Amino acid sequence: MNDVAICVFASGTFDKATQGLAGAGRRLANEFGGQLKAIVLGANSQLLSTELVKLTDDVVVIPQNDYEPETSLDALTQVCRKLAPRAVLFGNDTYSQEVTPRLAHRLGGSAVGDVTEFHVQGDALRVSRQVYGGKAEAVIELKRSPAVIWSRARSFAPADPLTTPGQITTAEIEDHDIRHTRIIERKREAQGELRLEEARVIVSGGRGIGGPEPFEAELKPLAELMGAQLAASRAACDAGWVPPTWQVGQTGKKVTPDLYLAIAITGASQHMAGISEAKNIAAINTDPDAPIFKHCRFGIVEDYRKVVPLLREKLEAMQNSQT
Amino acid sequence: MNILVCLKQILDPEIPAREFRIDPTKREAERGAANLVTNIFCENALETALQFRERTGESTITVLCFGAATAEDVLRKALAMKADNAALVINDGNPHPDPLTVAIVLSAAIKKLGSFDLIMVGREAGDWGAGQTAGLLAEELKLPCVSFVDRIETSNGKLHLKRQTDTGWEILETETPLVVSVTNDEHNVPRIPKVRDVMMSFRQPLTQWTLEELGINAEEARVGNSYYEVVELGIPQKESSCEFVAGDTLDEKVETLAKRIAAVTASL
Repeated sequence: MNDVAICVFASGTFDKATQGLAGAGRRLANEFGGQLKAIVLGANSQLLSTELVKLTDDVVVIPQNDYEPETSLDALTQVCRKLAPRAVLFGNDTYSQEVTPRLAHRLGGSAVGDVTEFHVQGDALRVSRQVYGGKAEAVIELKRSPAVIWSRARSFAPADPLTTPGQITTAEIEDHDIRHTRIIERKREAQGELRLEEARVIVSGGRGIGGPEPFEAELKPLAELMGAQLAASRAACDAGWVPPTWQVGQTGKKVTPDLYLAIAITGASQHMAGISEAKNIAAINTDPDAPIFKHCRFGIVEDYRKVVPLLREKLEAMQNSQT
Repeated sequence: MNILVCLKQILDPEIPAREFRIDPTKREAERGAANLVTNIFCENALETALQFRERTGESTITVLCFGAATAEDVLRKALAMKADNAALVINDGNPHPDPLTVAIVLSAAIKKLGSFDLIMVGREAGDWGAGQTAGLLAEELKLPCVSFVDRIETSNGKLHLKRQTDTGWEILETETPLVVSVTNDEHNVPRIPKVRDVMMSFRQPLTQWTLEELGINAEEARVGNSYYEVVELGIPQKESSCEFVAGDTLDEKVETLAKRIAAVTASL
């Protein structure tokens, strides 16, 4: 079969990642000459399905209350066996990353993660991804079918709506005797409702911030003024200044904002691996030779303690003069 | 509990980008003057196991590595950190086998080593970063799997696993045996072994196997690319075209900075 299936978890919303996933899925389906299907996991998925069906040829809903590693994997396997797609695409959330290799194994396919680009060469599917902490880029050919992939979904162009939308069906899932791993507690530490991966503007602080207090007193008001989400480098998270969920980089979140403002971040390749798909990077740093500036659209060589309060003043004045 | 921790030896990921070279024909990084180190997430996994043993007592920790002969260093260091047993499967084939090959080799070695309640691996490696070992190993061994774990507790004969998610954390209740992938947090920073324990580690026995001794298809494992194959490797060229905002005073510079920020964010 030449169809492509995209998989989303209903705990998410119809965000830019889901739209980008549908866009990448449609492009790939066109190259294979097949249809684009969507698999939505979650009983409470009506909103998401209604939006997705405008972009895909069919939506299959898995009526499971919530994600749970073993039962969700089993249900996805059953649906994918029926659909028999050439490729199954996921976004870059926790559950997608967890499911991808195991689903590939069960379907006899090949998995690959953190994909930034797809290339179809004859019958073969090749993907690009960063390796060595963002210092190099590899093109990888998947040898088995289906290809099961998670990608930096938000960086792909969204799908165009269809003139005649597809249909929404509910999958019938057979109950299998599975040893469960039950999620007994969930805790959100996110700021507001938006995932960092979805943020359009990010203000991020590094080791040079010096402690937890300036994040609260300096960076937070700046982020609020800019309508930005706060993030941090590994050094700042490891030091315990901010929660680990804020961490951007190879070992943290891979983000794709329109503007990433890096404050007192040197820009080690480990960190850059998380922001390589950002549209614009800007930096405030005392060291003109800091690697971060090599990736910047614009920047300032100054102590952030002097720049940030003044910058807040300027931005505030500009916003006031507009209204 | 019988715990097994998988370890990987990698090129030191901390080497600066300007010293990083690749061999495009071999499609791998050149070692140059860089050190070989234990992958950090593997050390986080070992540290999590050691702390679990300290809290609960009576656990045995075995460390396992699939790698070149140099990977003995990784296992000796783990023994110095007070792992109980160590085993090395010598890789004399493809130095970067695909994730399925790794999982097939590790699962065969694990079966040969005995039976384990908890199998722990790092969430991904600092070189190729595929992040597939835990999932594929769980499938090869037909066990459940939980990813991104940073803490393990026991409660009424079950395990409580705390794991990191996009938006915070979750606690999962599971039975053993199972496979977990471990991520870093402030509590599982790997300990530094004592000098005396480092010396001692060189006198401890270390099991070594060839691929043939595992009873798997050794030739296929040496080729190691039936799942996926790296067809190109390159260093992306980044041109430095950063505009350093101009101005005679700090005030002027920040004024320009604010304008640039507004220009980029206004188009949203």
